Amino acid sequence: MTLLTALLIIGSLALIFGAILGYSAIKFKVEADPLVEQIDALLPQTQCGQCGYPGCKPYAQAIADGDEINKCPPGGESTIKHLADLMGVEVKPLDGDHGVEDVKKVAYIREDECIGCTKCIQACPVDAIIGASKQMHTVIIDECTGCDLCVAPCPVDCIDMIPVKTTPQNWQWDLAKGVGDIPIKQVES
Amino acid sequence: MIDAAQVISQLQQGQMFDFPGGVHPPQQKSLANSTPIAQVAEPKHLYIPVKQQIGSQGNVCVQVGDYVAKGQPLTHSNHPFSVPVHASTSGTVVAIAPHPSAHASGLPELTIEIATDGLAKWQLMPLLTDYMQLDKMQLLERICQAGISGMGGAGFPTHIKTNTHKPVECLIINGIECEPYISSDDRIMREHAWQIKQGIDILRHIVEPKHVIIAVEDNKPEAFDAMRTACLEDNGYLVVSLPTKYPAGGERQLIQVLTGAEVPDNGLPIDIGCLMYNVGTCFAIAEAVLHGKPLVERVVTLTGKALNKPQNVWALLGTPVQHLLTHAGYDSTQQKQHKVIMGGPMMGFTVHNEQVPVVKMTNCLLVPERNELPEIEDERPCIRCGLCADACPAGLLPQQLLWYSKAKEYDKAQEYNLDACIECGACAYVCPSEIPLVQYYRQAKSDIRNAAIEKDKSEKARERFETRQARLLADKQAREEKHRLAAEARKKSMENKGSDAKDKIAAALARAKAKRAAAAKTDTDTTQSTPDVSSHNSPSTDSDN
Amino acid sequence: MQFSLSSSPHNRVRRDTGQVMRMVCYACIPGVIAQTYFFGWGTIIQIALAMFTAVVTESAILELRKKNVSRGIRDYSAILTALLLGICLPPLAPWWLVVIGTFFSIAIVKQLYGGLGFNMFNPAMIGYVVLLISFPIAMSAWIPVQSMAQSPYDFIDALSTIFTGYSQSGYSLAQLQLGIDGITQATPLDAVRTGLLSGLTYSETLNANIFSSDWGWSYGWSPVALAYLLGGLFLLGNKVINWHMPISTLAGVVFTAGFLNILSPDQTGSITFHLMSGAVLFGAFFIVTDPVSGSTTDKGRVIFGLMIGFLTVIIRTYGGYPDAIAFAVVIMNIAVPLIDYYTQPRTYGHKS
Repeated sequence: MTLLTALLIIGSLALIFGAILGYSAIKFKVEADPLVEQIDALLPQTQCGQCGYPGCKPYAQAIADGDEINKCPPGGESTIKHLADLMGVEVKPLDGDHGVEDVKKVAYIREDECIGCTKCIQACPVDAIIGASKQMHTVIIDECTGCDLCVAPCPVDCIDMIPVKTTPQNWQWDLAKGVGDIPIKQVES
Repeated sequence: MIDAAQVISQLQQGQMFDFPGGVHPPQQKSLANSTPIAQVAEPKHLYIPVKQQIGSQGNVCVQVGDYVAKGQPLTHSNHPFSVPVHASTSGTVVAIAPHPSAHASGLPELTIEIATDGLAKWQLMPLLTDYMQLDKMQLLERICQAGISGMGGAGFPTHIKTNTHKPVECLIINGIECEPYISSDDRIMREHAWQIKQGIDILRHIVEPKHVIIAVEDNKPEAFDAMRTACLEDNGYLVVSLPTKYPAGGERQLIQVLTGAEVPDNGLPIDIGCLMYNVGTCFAIAEAVLHGKPLVERVVTLTGKALNKPQNVWALLGTPVQHLLTHAGYDSTQQKQHKVIMGGPMMGFTVHNEQVPVVKMTNCLLVPERNELPEIEDERPCIRCGLCADACPAGLLPQQLLWYSKAKEYDKAQEYNLDACIECGACAYVCPSEIPLVQYYRQAKSDIRNAAIEKDKSEKARERFETRQARLLADKQAREEKHRLAAEARKKSMENKGSDAKDKIAAALARAKAKRAAAAKTDTDTTQSTPDVSSHNSPSTDSDN
Repeated sequence: MQFSLSSSPHNRVRRDTGQVMRMVCYACIPGVIAQTYFFGWGTIIQIALAMFTAVVTESAILELRKKNVSRGIRDYSAILTALLLGICLPPLAPWWLVVIGTFFSIAIVKQLYGGLGFNMFNPAMIGYVVLLISFPIAMSAWIPVQSMAQSPYDFIDALSTIFTGYSQSGYSLAQLQLGIDGITQATPLDAVRTGLLSGLTYSETLNANIFSSDWGWSYGWSPVALAYLLGGLFLLGNKVINWHMPISTLAGVVFTAGFLNILSPDQTGSITFHLMSGAVLFGAFFIVTDPVSGSTTDKGRVIFGLMIGFLTVIIRTYGGYPDAIAFAVVIMNIAVPLIDYYTQPRTYGHKS
């Protein structure tokens, strides 16, 4: 009898709490962005395809489906760190098969060599090259993500990837010699 | 919003507020402040950077080889956040090229180089002596055209700040000059108090404040007296003397000391009814309006024990540092490492080489002898002593900020209000572990700023990518649709003309049959009519084949 | 000409970490002299032993961690830790006690956590607590004031006792502990504690025992405490420490002791008794003020100090150990991150 009572009480308690939990799970459901969107927001949107997917969104989808998080060289270490945070996995070093982290660059078309073939325009994932057939092309620097995809298709090799210049506006206070742990170099003038 | 009447009555009773923290570094002002502001011989070459203020840079409107008069504008822009730069003296433009900048980075910036001719031929703007009758916009236009931007250090375009539609309770004139060593404002107040007053009058006419407060630190009694004498006859002016404490001259700190109010986070002083100008800016405004002179020179303190003749000088904008150092008797043997600080010992930056020019914001060149300022040592671990928090005028927790800045946890750093840091250096000044705290904050801030720009860019890139994808998809679908329609049309027409076609084929077959039959018949007839056929048909057959 | 570059501010206060630590060491001098005067040479020897062990341990570990050894030693933090621990130990405690304690403080509590600045606990106090828990008998073997000891000892005796357990004339530590009346001398806190536990009231304990009306003046405890107070005031005057922590610690002791004393005057010590006995004054100025393991905001420091004062009296009154500064400090060390988080100062222009 005692046994039965105990079972009954425990059982009904379990039932009640289960019901409460179930109810609150529905009632207080946290509406989050779909995972793919969240991952996509962390990726650098260079659309370079170095990860092996045709753009950042597809890679985001792939990560959501369980792909590795260390295939994005333009994003580099910091992107991997953020992705690891989001996905709740360990930070990994960048996968060297997909390239290495590099300084930021933008494409530059040597305009007098351009033959106006429009091949680079078709390759640019963000429509940052303007021009028309048999007309000179040029890069909209502000829109260029530095993805490198226009370089290979150019039949006359007139596209250079130029590192983004440091100006006093985007300078990061990397002063010269010896202030504490801060690396220092003498800047040539 | 502050109440001018209440603030003034409090100040008249000697009631002032205090800001938290602050430090008392050795003043060292007497090195350079005892002699009058001296004139410097014109340098052979001037290097005038195209951009000398916060905002955007103008378009260069002179060419290499042009002769320019003193005061002639060199740049022009319709952008509201841009003020022109002027030729500081007459001469020939010899180059328009990048030149080391008067910035902590020393990175080259577009600079107009002028070979001076020693004549100093002026090109003045028309005088606006009757400014009381003029429209405010005309005066603002003049202030802008004279190239005036804040001369206390920040370099914000003055006409933008002055062009406010909010009510101004207190116009505050900042003669604090809290940084050690610097005495340029001190000297200009002592010698040109009257003209500063004229500049304030003009500002007063434009912004119509309820009251004007002129604040001078109590380590400059002569300047205080001079300003008080100049403003004696005017009831709307109150000259107050403040206890010396660094950084009392910070805009936000000074407002707090005078009014007890704080400028809200992400706000501007005008949001609480205050507007603040440096005394040097007031002087420049009077020059521009009453004398028609654009901003082509400023007072620069040349100080430090490695100079034999420390003093204040009128320096033409664009004068290379070397020229001024030579003038003040720079003795490089007094220094272990050659070092020149532009600005004071707390917030100044080291210049990269001797060709760096004086710009609108340059108030001081400090050339310390060895051991005058401490050597840079490697930092030690933070012992969490909290001296930095005690010294911080913004009420921050510098060691937490250090921790998060070092670990690059910028979200956390921002949670601890890194943005509120004014980089005054009080924390690093007191740190017993000799940690360059401000340097870490600056790096963190620039990282955060660049990350925000990157984020914007990637946002835009994604949009463009997605739009492009959508367009490509739409193109593809449109193409497929076209192909499909064309195919359908073909099929349809086939079906419609189906019977017709069969007839045609049948007809063709019938024709062919008939032809063959006819040919057979001809063959049989050949013997009879060969000459006839050959004579009629052969040439045409030849040509056809 | 290229100029050398540096980051602002270019000027700074020339008082570095080493100097701060050294000043704290100097501030201990009056207290140490008083302690030596009343309790003999033992304290000096303990301090010397502790310092030696600390320097050796710190150097060895810095060497292992591939850090700059001489720079690490020159911040004087290890020496200060050793000094504070040495002061807290019974003067004639065996040498291995101080060696173990110091080694633990430096190696485990400080260096294993990442060295100076990263230890979350006060090294000296953890060292003390570890010794107290592991070797309770040795740690409570305080000796009587020399003027009242049955067999006062000299420097050689002290050395001999610390290293061999017997003084030159063959007395054991237990014998040296005897007072002039032939009874083992305990600290006032011990005595009161034992008295209260055996059913006597507080005043009976005081009357019956070693303390007459002069608050143990002649028994050495109050003069030593006051000598440390003097050192503490020196630190305050030179702005080496802020007033927040010591004053709030003392306030915590005063409030708590006063409150308990009003509730049950017979069962608890008076405010003066709590202030003057044990390590309260010493602790308030020299232990609680350890910057590394303490709170860093002004409000936080006050809370930190008040709580230490409160816990000290509570543990003294209701806990298992006679004195409690060490426990109170260690407990509050754990709470520091929490305190810091909730006591952030209001930033300029921000709402609180």
